[in-house]
Amino acid sequence: MQTTAPTEHTLLEPLATSSGDEGLLEISLGPHHPSTHGVFRMDAVLDGERVVKLKPVVGYLHRNHEKIAESASYLASMPYTDRLDYFGSLTNNWAYALAVEKLAGIQVPERAEYIRVITAELTRLQNHATTIGFLLQEMGASGSPLMYGFRERETILDLFEALTGSRMMCNYMRFGGCRVELPSGWLDRVKKTVTEFPRFLDEFENLLTSNEILLARTQGIGTLSKELAIQGGVTGPVLRASGVNYDIRKVDKYGIYDRFNFKIPLGEHGDVYDRYMVRMLEMRESIKILEQALRDIPAGPIIDPKTKIRGFRPKPGEAYGRIESAKGELGFYLISDGTGNPYRYRVRPPSFINLTLLEDMCRGYSVADLIVIFGTIDIVLGEVDR
Amino acid sequence: MLGTGIAKGLVETARNFFGSYVSRDRLTTVEYPEERLPQAEAARNFPFLVYDGDDWKSGLRCVACQICEKECPPKCIFIEKSKDKKPDAVGKPQFYPTVFNIDVSVCMSCQICVEVCPFEAIKMDTDFELSTDDRFGGLLWDRQQLAKSNTYYHEIHPTEATEVDARLAEEKAKADAKAKAAETKPVAAATGAAQQTSHGASSAE
Ligand code: SF4
Ligand code: SF4
Repeated sequence: MQTTAPTEHTLLEPLATSSGDEGLLEISLGPHHPSTHGVFRMDAVLDGERVVKLKPVVGYLHRNHEKIAESASYLASMPYTDRLDYFGSLTNNWAYALAVEKLAGIQVPERAEYIRVITAELTRLQNHATTIGFLLQEMGASGSPLMYGFRERETILDLFEALTGSRMMCNYMRFGGCRVELPSGWLDRVKKTVTEFPRFLDEFENLLTSNEILLARTQGIGTLSKELAIQGGVTGPVLRASGVNYDIRKVDKYGIYDRFNFKIPLGEHGDVYDRYMVRMLEMRESIKILEQALRDIPAGPIIDPKTKIRGFRPKPGEAYGRIESAKGELGFYLISDGTGNPYRYRVRPPSFINLTLLEDMCRGYSVADLIVIFGTIDIVLGEVDR
Repeated sequence: MLGTGIAKGLVETARNFFGSYVSRDRLTTVEYPEERLPQAEAARNFPFLVYDGDDWKSGLRCVACQICEKECPPKCIFIEKSKDKKPDAVGKPQFYPTVFNIDVSVCMSCQICVEVCPFEAIKMDTDFELSTDDRFGGLLWDRQQLAKSNTYYHEIHPTEATEVDARLAEEKAKADAKAKAAETKPVAAATGAAQQTSHGASSAE
């Protein structure tokens, strides 16, 4: 803990320095506060319990993902994308595969497109289920919500394990399709999970949605206005909770998303409660998409046979592939110079960009709210510091 | 009414709590290491080298082409190629690895090496209990530690291994047919033009 006077050992520009700031307290929350994820910390200036200023400090994981990818072959970057956001390795795979497919003009077979949608929506389900669990954990409801969320996540991870061989680092998609055919009986297991999942959502709603403590802790807290959200480039559930109808699945219609009938849930106030509710409703929409995809999935090849795995060299050019990951717009920008590795490789991570407005969401609220607001942004540090 | 939401939530927790005593599929704890969950057939932890027959050294399928070494994302494979050649899995004379090390402490279990190997020589193991007190030597596996028999491969990945065997058998049959054709050609040339035509008609080509 630090007092008002700036001390010499602060590496950052001290926040509480200007005159008239006497009585303010600058504290560093994290990086090992239980509710800050990974190496993240917040430099907060407090007036009593109120947050006056806040500076998110993302820390240094030193992953160097983008530079590593520039010196590795196109294929060798695929397993690294898993590690960007370990809650959504399959959607990360898809975003990268999409960028490479655009770059090289590859056509993906029908069946693979359906498999991609199924795995991506399952990813969204388990991501949101755990995010809400963590959010409640951060609010002090340790135990039930997080455990219930994890219980559902486990069933979905079992499916991923059966399909890809790994629970979290799936490394499943390939340019032009998917790596392996679905194991026998896999689709039936998915069907079972999809039919049982709404029961969990109902359970969650019973447990939480009308809980007076939850309402008191979330409604009107951490409000983010529509205009500011748009200006800040925020995407995903955080943006939609502020009432902006923007979902890449509808706007860009990548893959085969134009074939499915689903709605985009929107919030009104952009507060913590809306961000929670948008995620709950989004899970119900994902179930709808999954039902349609499971009904329509055709037989056929799962990968374009013309695409080379080894020695893949796209023509010189550039491409940007983007998808709606569970956290927002995840994009990969690639420049090819015709060699076996990308000349430039850049990730547009939703977590990092959503974090930029943390101060605006937290200003004026108390420290306890700060933790909850931070929880609703849903970040993974691997994606923040690539 | 204030409190109904909380009461509803408590009912839900109680239902889950007591439910775990009556419903079998809610009891999910596994008493590891006495009890183990069955592994998915697709499970992949760390690579191993497949050998045919009983002798690991002569049966290794690997021909030291070094493709996996080049493609491995964290570059944890180290190979040295032999000076001489020995027959590989399909019977062609090939180089073999005199050194084949994998640093499993670096390996990210991505399976890229398996995918790029043109000789079905490297596969993924399902073993996960690797703890050792020797961080550097103990996790740098050499070719003898990496070598596992084809039978073992069949045990852990039955479907995949059967497919691989079928593919290798087909390749071997093709290679044999080709070798045979190459053998019979000079004979045919020596025995005259008329015979050559009849020979050509009956050959596998
Ligand atoms: S599994 Fe991946 S990291 Fe491990 S040796 Fe093979 S290519 Fe390298
Ligand atoms: S394991 Fe396969 S790819 Fe690697 S050197 Fe041996 S034959 Fe080549």
